[in-house]
Amino acid sequence: MRPLLSVDNLSIGFGTGTPVVSNVSFEVQPGETLALVGESGSGKTVTCRSVLRILPRAARIRSGTIRLNGSNGSKELTSLSERQMRNVRGNAISMIFQEPMHSLSPLHRIGNQISEVLWLHGRMREPAARKIVLECFERVGFPDPERAYDSYPFELSGGMRQRAMIAMAMVAKPDLLIADEPTTALDVTTQAQVLGLMKELQRDTGMAMILVTHDLGVVANMAEQVVVMHKGRVMEAGPAEPLLRSPAHAYTQQLFDAAPAIPAHPQLAPELPQDDLILQMKSVSKTYSMRAGKSWQPETKIHACRGIDFSLQRGKTLAIVGESGSGKTTAARIALGAELPDEGGEVLFRATPQSNPIAVHQMSRAARTAFQREAQMVFQDPYSSLSPRMRILDALCEPLEIHGIGSKSDRRDRAEKMLKLVGLGPDMLLRYPHAFSGGQRQRLSIARSLMLDPSLIVCDEPTSALDVSVQEQILRLLEEIQERENLSYLFISHDLAVVARIADEVAVMRAGLVVEQAPPDTLFYNPKHPYTKALIAAQPEPDIDRPIDLKLVASGAGSPSSWPEDFRFSDSMIPSLVQVEPGHKVRCHV
Amino acid sequence: MEILRYAIYRFGTMLLTLLVVSVMVFAIINLPPGDYLSNQIAELRASGQSAGVAKAEFLRTEYSLDRPLYQQYLIWVGFMPGPHGFSGLIQGNYGWSFEFDQPVADIVGDTLWLTVLVNLAAVLFVYLVALPLGVIAAARSRTWVDYTSAFVGYLGLATPNFLLALILFYYGHKYFDLPIGGLMDPIYEGEPMSVDKVKSILIHLIVPTFVIGTSGAAAMMQRLRANLLDELGKPYVETAVAKGMAPARMLTKYPLRMAFNPFVADIGNLLPSMVSGSVLVSVVLGLQTIGPTLLTALKTQDLFLSAFVLMFVALLTLIGTMISDVLLVLLDPRIRYEGRET
Repeated sequence: MRPLLSVDNLSIGFGTGTPVVSNVSFEVQPGETLALVGESGSGKTVTCRSVLRILPRAARIRSGTIRLNGSNGSKELTSLSERQMRNVRGNAISMIFQEPMHSLSPLHRIGNQISEVLWLHGRMREPAARKIVLECFERVGFPDPERAYDSYPFELSGGMRQRAMIAMAMVAKPDLLIADEPTTALDVTTQAQVLGLMKELQRDTGMAMILVTHDLGVVANMAEQVVVMHKGRVMEAGPAEPLLRSPAHAYTQQLFDAAPAIPAHPQLAPELPQDDLILQMKSVSKTYSMRAGKSWQPETKIHACRGIDFSLQRGKTLAIVGESGSGKTTAARIALGAELPDEGGEVLFRATPQSNPIAVHQMSRAARTAFQREAQMVFQDPYSSLSPRMRILDALCEPLEIHGIGSKSDRRDRAEKMLKLVGLGPDMLLRYPHAFSGGQRQRLSIARSLMLDPSLIVCDEPTSALDVSVQEQILRLLEEIQERENLSYLFISHDLAVVARIADEVAVMRAGLVVEQAPPDTLFYNPKHPYTKALIAAQPEPDIDRPIDLKLVASGAGSPSSWPEDFRFSDSMIPSLVQVEPGHKVRCHV
Repeated sequence: MEILRYAIYRFGTMLLTLLVVSVMVFAIINLPPGDYLSNQIAELRASGQSAGVAKAEFLRTEYSLDRPLYQQYLIWVGFMPGPHGFSGLIQGNYGWSFEFDQPVADIVGDTLWLTVLVNLAAVLFVYLVALPLGVIAAARSRTWVDYTSAFVGYLGLATPNFLLALILFYYGHKYFDLPIGGLMDPIYEGEPMSVDKVKSILIHLIVPTFVIGTSGAAAMMQRLRANLLDELGKPYVETAVAKGMAPARMLTKYPLRMAFNPFVADIGNLLPSMVSGSVLVSVVLGLQTIGPTLLTALKTQDLFLSAFVLMFVALLTLIGTMISDVLLVLLDPRIRYEGRET
C-alpha cells in the first residue's frame, strides 16, 4: 500500500545553528495513527509543523522531502508555493493544537471560526456550511449544537473548546490530522474522553493521524505506529505493540522506566499511624462570594472547600488529588496560612512533637513569622517562581535575610550546602536563573524552600511542568530529602500516577469536598467512589494491556448529581465521610 | 437591547461625572486669591478712577460675586436663583466675560464648533494614518518598511508642532497655493454658512489637521504596531494559518480585531489632549479655536469665561470616553456577554 504521507530524510534548523531535526524519516499509512514521542527539545513539534510548513520565522527546512499522497493526487509539500500550500492546510491536512484556551479567537463566534474552513477552501457558502458544521458538532458531542454555533469560546469549558477544535479539524474531512499534544492542558478525565472521541472519529472517517505527545500512556492507548525522538533524531520506530512491550533502544527503555504508573497489582495497605501529627485541619471550609455585575442581584457563593479534615503524620506525605477547580490549591493555601478558613475551621501545626500547636487560622504577627520558618512551599512553574534578576545566591539567601538569620558567610555556607543537597554544584551560585533548565530550576526552588530548615513543605504540582525523565529525578530527590531531614509534605497534584509513587495517604477532592481518602495502595486496590474510579480509569497507562476504560470514566466524571444514588450530593444535602475499612474513608450515604 | 441599556446607563454616569467636574472646575478657578473684578477695582482705586469702580461694584452684585462661594457655584450652574432668577449653565446662560466685556456666549460662539471641527479632523487624521501604517509596520516587522515608518513616526513625534506649522505654511503656500493662517477666508467671517464658506474652511483645515495630528498619529501607530505584534504570536493566529487562510485576510480578521481594543479606547484620551495641545498651534496658525481664548481667560482670572471653556473641554473628554466605551462593548463579546448563561 502506498503511504499517505512519507517524510524522508528531513532536516530543519534555526538560522545557521546546528539542526534541531536531522535526518528524520517516517511514513503514515491511510487510516493509521502514528505517535511522535519525545521530551521537550526532541524536535517532535517542529517536525509535525513542518508538514504544514507553519514553522517559526527563523526555522528553515534544510533538506528532505515530505510527500503527501492524498485524495487530490500526490504532492511534494516542501516544494509547493505558499499559495498551493494554503490549499493543503485545513483541507487535506488539518491540525489541533495544545492550548484549547488560546487556540480560538475570543472575539469571533465558534460557528463562524469553524465554518470558515469550508468557505476558505471554496467548498460552500454560509447556509450549507452551517448545516455541515452543526452535524459535526453533534458528532463531537456538543449537547446543543445550535447554541454552540453561536457562542463565543470564553463561554465554553476547556474540554468543550478542544471538542470545537476537533470539529474544526474534522469538518473538511481531511486525509490527515496532526494533533500536537491535544490533551496535555486538559484534566485527566476530560483527556480520556477527548482521546476516546478522536479514536472513534478516526474509525468512522478513516483518516490518518499524527499524534505528538510526551505521554507514553497516551501512546499506548492511541497509536499503531510509534516514532521515538530525542534531540532531533529518531531513536526508535516501529509498530506500537512490539515497541511498547519490549523497547529495543535504551532511550525508549529509559522513558518507560521514568513514566509513573498506577501499580498494576495493588494490595491493601495498613492504616497510617496518627500519633504524631504535624498538621491538622479540622472542618475547614472556604467560601468566596462573587459579586454579580448588577448590584441588585444577590452575591453568588462559591464553595472552594467544604468541611475538610486532614491530618498529616510527621515525616509522611499527604497528597491532595483533584481536577482544576476541585479546591486542592485553596486547601493548601489555608494550610500555609496564606488564606483564612471560614468561621469554625481550625488549622493546627506542631513544629516538633513536644511543642504546643500553633493555630494557623488565628496567628499573631510574631507567630506567623515563626510559622513561616517551619512551613515552606515549592511552586508549580519553575520558570516564573524564580526572579530572573536575582542571582541564585541572592534567591537562596533571601529567606535567611528576611528572618535575620546568620551572617553573610553563614548564609553562603548554608546555600552551598543546600545546593549540594539538591544535586547542584556550588559554582552555580553566581549564575542567574536563565542559565538553568526546567529541572534544575525546580531543584533550585526546592533548595530555596529548604534554606530555613522547615519541617513542612507544601508542593503545588511541582513536577507537572517538567518532562517525565526530569519528573522522575525530582520525585526521587523529594523522597531522599524527606528521609534525610524527616520532612513532611503536603503534595498537590492532578496526576494519580505521580501520587501513587510519592504519597503515604491520598485525598481525592471534587467540587470542594474530599470524596475518598486512603493510603494509595488501598485506594487503587479497592476504590469505592465513582469519581476515584473514573480518575483511575482515565489515567493513560504506558501499558498496552491496560487501556482507558471509558465507561468507568463516563460514570464518575460527570457532575455529582449524575453519580449513583449512594454517592450523589447537592448543595443542600452532602453525605458524610464514612470509614469503610481501617484508614479508608469514602463520602457516601450509608 | 443590552447595548442600548448600556448606552443609556453610560450617559447617566457621564452626566454625574460632568456635575462633579463642574464643582472641581469652579473650585480650582477660585483657588488663587482675588478675582478679575477685585483686581480691577484695586487697580482703578490706585489710579484714582472712581467712575470705573462703581461699574465694577455693580458687576460684582450683578453676578453675585459678593456671595459665598457655594452660592456663586449654584447660581452659575443654575440650581439657585441669582439676581435675575434661575439663569445659569443649564438654562443656557454661560455668564459674562469681564475681560472682553461681552457675554461668554458671544465670545465663544463660532469658535466652539470650529474647535470641534479642527479636533475631529485631527482625530480622523490620526486614525486614518495610524491604522494602515501600524498594520503594515507590524506585518512587515523588522524590514525596511517597519524601520522607515518608525523613523518618520519619531520625526513626527520629535518636531515641535509650531515649527512644523510654519514650515508647512511656507511650502504649502509656495507649491500648492494653500492659504496661510485662520480657519476661513476673512471675507466669510461672520457670514452665514454657504457652499463657498464650507470650501474655504476645508482648504484652511488641511495644514492645521496635519500639524495637530502628526504626533498623535505617530504615537498611535507605534502602539498599534506593538499590540499587533503581541497578537501575532498568539496560538489562535497559528490556528488560522493552519486552516489555510491567506495572510492578509487572516491578519485583518483575527489579530487586528484583537489589537483594536486599545486603539478604540484611546478616542477618549485623544480629544482633550488635542484640545489642550493645540493651544500653541492655534496661536501660531491664527486659528479661531477655543484654545487662545482659554489662555487669555486663565491669565486674567476671567471667571465665567475660563470656567465655561474648561467645562466644554471636559464635556468633549467625557463624550469621547463614552463613545469609546460603547464601541468597546460593541466590539468585544467578552465585555458584552460576561456572565451570560451557558
